[in-house]
Amino acid sequence: MPESLQELLNRLAPLIVDGSPHAQALGLALDGLGPGRATMRAPYREDLIGDPDTGVMHGGVVTALLDHACGVAAFSGLGAKETPATLDLRIDYMRPAEPGRDIIAEAECIRAHGLIAFVRATAHDGDESDPVATASAAFMVTRPSREAAERVRKAIETGELS
Amino acid sequence: MSDALIETLLKAPYVAKFGVRFERKGDELTGVLPYEEHLVGNPLVPALHGGAVGAFMEIVASGALLASQTLVRLPKPIDVAVDYLRPARAADVYARAVIGRSGARVANVRVEAWQGRREAPVATLHGHFLIKPEPVANS
Repeated sequence: MPESLQELLNRLAPLIVDGSPHAQALGLALDGLGPGRATMRAPYREDLIGDPDTGVMHGGVVTALLDHACGVAAFSGLGAKETPATLDLRIDYMRPAEPGRDIIAEAECIRAHGLIAFVRATAHDGDESDPVATASAAFMVTRPSREAAERVRKAIETGELS
Repeated sequence: MSDALIETLLKAPYVAKFGVRFERKGDELTGVLPYEEHLVGNPLVPALHGGAVGAFMEIVASGALLASQTLVRLPKPIDVAVDYLRPARAADVYARAVIGRSGARVANVRVEAWQGRREAPVATLHGHFLIKPEPVANS
């Protein structure tokens, strides 16, 4: 039986963070992955504080978390065949995250066709109805080089970074 | 000029972790994001993480606002829109901001980030920031 999209995603899930040095540096975690959907978490860390007076994590953590979660949802929405690049990312910062709390981003690919995917995402720190930030992003499958495309194809086939 | 707040901004754990620094000539400010492996988003391409470049441009926007006037606290982002024009390669990134308007409460800022050639930016940011200028003394 051919591998289903969910089976393929389950197999690639470990690469979502481990395959990205920046996601690792921020300690991001993948909480959920489905067709066109991704839930990711940025655990609260003191080394990511942006305002020492309040202890609030830097807005850049929210930016990177949302970009990553949106990218994963776009990747999944496009059938998990090629890694898309961000075309644009628009973020509304609704309120500062509570110091000490993890930030969770829920991203949904609302449309994927051909090489383009449109994604919406919400980031919250426990209560989904009281978001920290919302995002809207567009992604596109680009081919920076034939060698890079081949490396991506191999990684998806084997589930490992060579 | 808010030199003390620029220090606070650069010393914040997140900003220090990624080694962001500013090069200043008067009120002109250029941000530098020195290349490190932990900035890479997709090692297969390889390209720097869009979130890292976006966050860097937000820091440069704040820095430019602080370098241009006296504020009593760090600017807070209200919204940002980032356009990614080319993959950011495994190399240092530079950025400079243009302040569209800076009022009593809100500032409108555009940032451009580049690597090798300034005419070929890797990303641009357009955002609004909540600011608190020093109150003007009544005479």
